[in-house]
Amino acid sequence: MAGVKVSNVSRSFGAHKALDDVSIDFADGGFYALLGPSGSGKTTLLRQIAGFDFPDSGRIAIGGESVERVPVEKRQIGMVFQNYALFPNMSVADNVAFGLSVRGEAKATIATEVQRALDLVQLGKLGGRRPHQLSGGQRQRVALARAIVTKPRVLLLDEPLGALDKALRVDMQIELKRIQREIGITTIFVTHDQEEALTMSDRIGILRDGRLVQEGPPEEIYDRPQSEFAATFLGDANIFRGDATGNGIRLPDGTAIAAGAGATLTVGAKASCAVRPERIQISTGTEKPDAGNSNTLKGQVSKRIFAGNNSTYFVERQGQTLKVIVQNTGAERLAEGEDVVLRWSPESTVLIAA
Amino acid sequence: MATTRILEGLGRLYVGLLLAFLYLPIIIMALMSFNVSPFYQLPFEWTTEWYASLWQNDQLIAATWNSLEIAIITTIISTVLGAAASLALYRYEFRGKKVLQALLFPPIAIPWLITGTAMLIFFFGIGIGRGLFAILLGHVALALPYVIVVVSARLQTFAPELEEAARSLGANQWQVTNRVTLPWIMPGVIAGGLFAFAVSFDQFVVSYFLSTPGQTTLPVEIYAAIRKGFTPEINAVSTIIIVVSMALMLLTARFFKFGGEK
Repeated sequence: MAGVKVSNVSRSFGAHKALDDVSIDFADGGFYALLGPSGSGKTTLLRQIAGFDFPDSGRIAIGGESVERVPVEKRQIGMVFQNYALFPNMSVADNVAFGLSVRGEAKATIATEVQRALDLVQLGKLGGRRPHQLSGGQRQRVALARAIVTKPRVLLLDEPLGALDKALRVDMQIELKRIQREIGITTIFVTHDQEEALTMSDRIGILRDGRLVQEGPPEEIYDRPQSEFAATFLGDANIFRGDATGNGIRLPDGTAIAAGAGATLTVGAKASCAVRPERIQISTGTEKPDAGNSNTLKGQVSKRIFAGNNSTYFVERQGQTLKVIVQNTGAERLAEGEDVVLRWSPESTVLIAA
Repeated sequence: MATTRILEGLGRLYVGLLLAFLYLPIIIMALMSFNVSPFYQLPFEWTTEWYASLWQNDQLIAATWNSLEIAIITTIISTVLGAAASLALYRYEFRGKKVLQALLFPPIAIPWLITGTAMLIFFFGIGIGRGLFAILLGHVALALPYVIVVVSARLQTFAPELEEAARSLGANQWQVTNRVTLPWIMPGVIAGGLFAFAVSFDQFVVSYFLSTPGQTTLPVEIYAAIRKGFTPEINAVSTIIIVVSMALMLLTARFFKFGGEK
């Protein structure tokens, strides 16, 4: 087991900069998500770490050892592919045995290790099956068993749950997390699913256009996004744009919004504020304002979407549509067309440099 | 309802006529190889005399062995070279790859008469001349594009992630090819090999140009025998060839079907 250190890695394909000076430290035993839209470079980064492709510049170290020019077969990594990539001509057990077998391990050792790996992914009895006789979730488990049976230094997962349906995906998320904890392997997984990244990982790296936008624990990125992109890509956010006032911004119409967290900006600089929809209180305006929620805006409900445990209100304010999510507490619901007041605290507001 | 029935009947008739058109001459020839009369006279009287005398015809036997030998060697060489070439074309990007791929098809379309003439001139020019070795070279050249086309078609269905997965598990290039890629393309390789065998074993035109008396193949020998005077031995040897060729083609069809299933 080992940590992975990516330092100033760049990779271009023709004129396209797929990775632009990316540095991330993946600590030993951690579970990392690389999150980003398609074309953000997350898969390219994973392929550099795996060794399928080499960076134009920069360094990659696994367990302190420089590997940026070492081909994949010598890096001792385990990889799970998006479409599982199980060998169709082999049984489940032979698939799992492959990595040990190409190393020339003894037959008895292989048999024991394969059985242990299959037991770990709860497929102990299916060793004799062929991949095409398995369900999607089972194939996923075989791919995982095959990747970890060789005791790799790092486990790489490329959109591992992308091909599964929603219910199965949640099961596999829990399962994957359990197995990762059990063997304590450094795990890096690529996803475009923000929920998956939030629920599974210890740290998230958000990529965009080949650059690392922000990196940190899920809570930190969610609560303190450093860019509009990070705020809107990981979760939903209402973005207000204006001029920095020192502890917040002033909107073009003169309204001040106070922020309790985020960047320190010189007064007058272009800036924005991000507020999560669930942090905003919505009321008809007749209630007394409470001191904590000093940010106040008036608007009109244009649409309400009822989702059982919560409702989403779309509120129009001077041409901007704001989103507010309200838990279903049994309180009176607001109607479409109603004039409302939105209130939230400065602590729920993050100041972002434009 | 009535129209459907008529159409169905017409369909059956069409298929029946088609099969008759394809197989009737062959069946008649096969039957005549067991008929006593050498002049296709009826009534039919059963005999295996022609097969027995075929066994005595040293020239025909020698030519048959030549044909088999050349067909087998052609199959081996063109299958190995063709499969390797297909893998290279699949895996690597290099200058002139598109041109090379495009150049693989015309030899299939160029009339064998022309290819044969060209080979004859060329082999004489470089000192190989005519004979079994020249025939072998010619057959390999003819069969190679077929193998590459068939194996490449099979490779189109291969998932490149499989090779990547194998490499990520520590397999070197040889192990990747041997354990993952080859098993996948094997039906294509076998089908390509059967094609190569058929191209060589059935080859007349190119063999005719490149053979010398005594160093010849079965189709050329049959042609020479017919020109001298027809004997039912030809029917007998043809029947044997047809049975072998059909078995081969049925095998090919089977492997092609496998190609579509997996």
